Amino acid sequence: MTKQLMLGNAALARGLYEAGCSVASSYPGTPSTEVTEELAKYDEIYSEWAPNEKVAMETAFGACIGGKRSFCAMKHVGLNVAADPLFTMSYTGVNAGMVICVADDAGMHSSQNEQDSRHYAIAAKVPMLKPSDSSEAIEFAKAAYEISEQFDTPVIIKMCTRVAHSQSVVQTSERVVPPVKPYVKDIPKNVMMPGNAKRKHPLVEERTRKLAEFAETSPLNRIEWGGTELGFITSSTSYQYVKEVFGDSVSVLKLGMVYPLPEKLIKEFAQKVTKLAVIEELDPIIEEYCKCLGLEVSGKDVLPLDGEYSQNMIAKAFGKTLDEGKKLDEALPARPPMMCAGCPHRGVFYLLSKHKCTVFGDIGCYTLGAVAPLYALDVSTCMGASIPAVHGFNKALGNESEGKSVAVIGDSTFMHSGMTGLANVAYNQSNSTVFILDNSITGMTGHQQNPTTGYNIKGDPAGKIDLKALCRAMGFERVRVVDPYDLAQTEQALKEELSVQAPSVIISRRPCALLKTVKHNPPLKVCEGDCKSCKACMKLGCPAISMKNGKAVIDPTLCLGCGVCKQLCKFNAIVEE
Amino acid sequence: METKNIMIVGVGGQGSLLASKLLGHMLLKYGYDVKVSEVHGMSQRGGSVVTYVRYGDKVYSPIIDKGEADCIVAFELLEAARWTEYLKTGGQIVVNTQQTDPMPVIIGAMQYPENLVEKMQNLGVKIDACDCLSLANQAGSTKAVNIVLMGKLSNYFPFPEEDWIQAIQECVPKKFIELNKKAFALGRNSR
Repeated sequence: MTKQLMLGNAALARGLYEAGCSVASSYPGTPSTEVTEELAKYDEIYSEWAPNEKVAMETAFGACIGGKRSFCAMKHVGLNVAADPLFTMSYTGVNAGMVICVADDAGMHSSQNEQDSRHYAIAAKVPMLKPSDSSEAIEFAKAAYEISEQFDTPVIIKMCTRVAHSQSVVQTSERVVPPVKPYVKDIPKNVMMPGNAKRKHPLVEERTRKLAEFAETSPLNRIEWGGTELGFITSSTSYQYVKEVFGDSVSVLKLGMVYPLPEKLIKEFAQKVTKLAVIEELDPIIEEYCKCLGLEVSGKDVLPLDGEYSQNMIAKAFGKTLDEGKKLDEALPARPPMMCAGCPHRGVFYLLSKHKCTVFGDIGCYTLGAVAPLYALDVSTCMGASIPAVHGFNKALGNESEGKSVAVIGDSTFMHSGMTGLANVAYNQSNSTVFILDNSITGMTGHQQNPTTGYNIKGDPAGKIDLKALCRAMGFERVRVVDPYDLAQTEQALKEELSVQAPSVIISRRPCALLKTVKHNPPLKVCEGDCKSCKACMKLGCPAISMKNGKAVIDPTLCLGCGVCKQLCKFNAIVEE
Repeated sequence: METKNIMIVGVGGQGSLLASKLLGHMLLKYGYDVKVSEVHGMSQRGGSVVTYVRYGDKVYSPIIDKGEADCIVAFELLEAARWTEYLKTGGQIVVNTQQTDPMPVIIGAMQYPENLVEKMQNLGVKIDACDCLSLANQAGSTKAVNIVLMGKLSNYFPFPEEDWIQAIQECVPKKFIELNKKAFALGRNSR
């Protein structure tokens, strides 16, 4: 094949395809989403969106036990959800190969924390590979399956935002599918009850020793000798930054396998360079390993524990002076992300803000309900936390908080990990109100189907979970569906459900305004003569509305005619074109 | 050849991914090593977005740092100003003069800064400014702003126009090819 530019995530998918991956199950999460979206384009691979990462990993596990190479992908925080199966699948091992992609987000471009996933490889005693560009993503996918089958272990491929979302040059090759490994019942290997697990643990330790031995000579790790005054141990994008700054003037030990680490190779490298430094984003894992080996090493003494690195950052840390460009001498208005014009969530957040509710939020586009001018969220932490948190808040404060507090959670997040929280509300009966913001898609990650949409990853008809019937089946007597474009209806529901002494669910249902299948009304306009400059419409924080010369104006290129602002205008100044 | 750096900056949703795809496609065709770094996810929701395009004999880092860009292609005026410090001394900005108010301006907490083109010129920056939105409208759709800008940018490369047109044909869905060819020509000839 000829050379082509390929996104890191697409390249990883290509590598998995070429290596004969047959089953893939994932939950979307930036920056990992495109791996599975790309896999779904290969008809030879069964791929799916699972309701969450734990389900995805367990599905991939079942598939590999069945004898076919399998895969699952998630973002860093998704691995928290899937940690439970990971730790014990390390004990059982695999049958055919199993590869897990975890994509970290140093710099938090689209995440709620900056955890370093390498800790999971260490804690679960599972090997981890870390590609530094698209070409390596293809190559490492194949290596990962080989390692998985040779050492009888799942293998993690760790991506990061800059590898996942950068295009670089690749050459593709043909798909080669290894023969199916017949499933053979093996209770001591696959049933992890104490007696079997006790026999397994020492084997896991032995496997790690063998993998460390493998890492000493594997081509995944390599030394690029240059000047020996300064030597860097590094991997992934940090390797690219080091090469960018120093070229061949320094020596580099590039680690493609970041767990387990090659002790002899590191010592040999350290001996031949005058000064040794480790460049790794986030936690000082390689650096501390070097220190345990008794090596004198620089790293976090000159570089930060947080955020992404860059070439300038590394250059400055090692004494290079730079011409860093000129800045305008004034504070420029920031441009943070915000809810889109026509977003169905906006009306709900306007009402929650108006009624001064304490709002426990969740993970999705609607986390943006926290920003100006709505400031509608009080708390947001992780997937599914909104419902248990409002339950706990109400249990703690009783009458003080009941009737004023709500949880808001999207349809996809509800399927991911909201249901168990809702079961607790139903079971332990807190007087809590839950808004399920059903925009009929997984929005923030770029429109993936989920169990409530009725379509699968390929867009074909699939099973469809009825949210209203589900909540009723859980024991909620008060479940109602509202249209968030209808402010009066939504406000009435909010007031009624907050006033009753019973747990309740309000499903706010309106598809994401960005969905191609959604038809929009023509844009609205403000009749300048009728606008009294009261700014009621401005409270929505709609990007299509602004004040020009004291009057509200609507940008017709942005407005989708949702009509929410029109309902707020007491002077009927907002009209259809 | 030393690595060249081009940044494409704008507001999430303006179509910078197609612009970088087209550019990357062209550069690869001319035999360069290329890296293109994009932004997906949350920051796309109307936020400030940046794409890095780097090319040369061998490209390592996927990103462009402060003081490194040879050229910044800006879909929006304030975004050009925001990223100016990423430009090399004597670097070039190609900017669409369209103004999109960010939330602090919409809610009246801040003013949209005035005379930005002049202020950037005072820093010694070369500026090629143009109302690309009008040209995109003329081509048939406001959504073609990205290709109008690529047309303008093409003047800074030695590649013949027919190669750009072919790249458009290879990167754009069939039904939009004519629109985008028109938009490209309007941008390229707008000086």
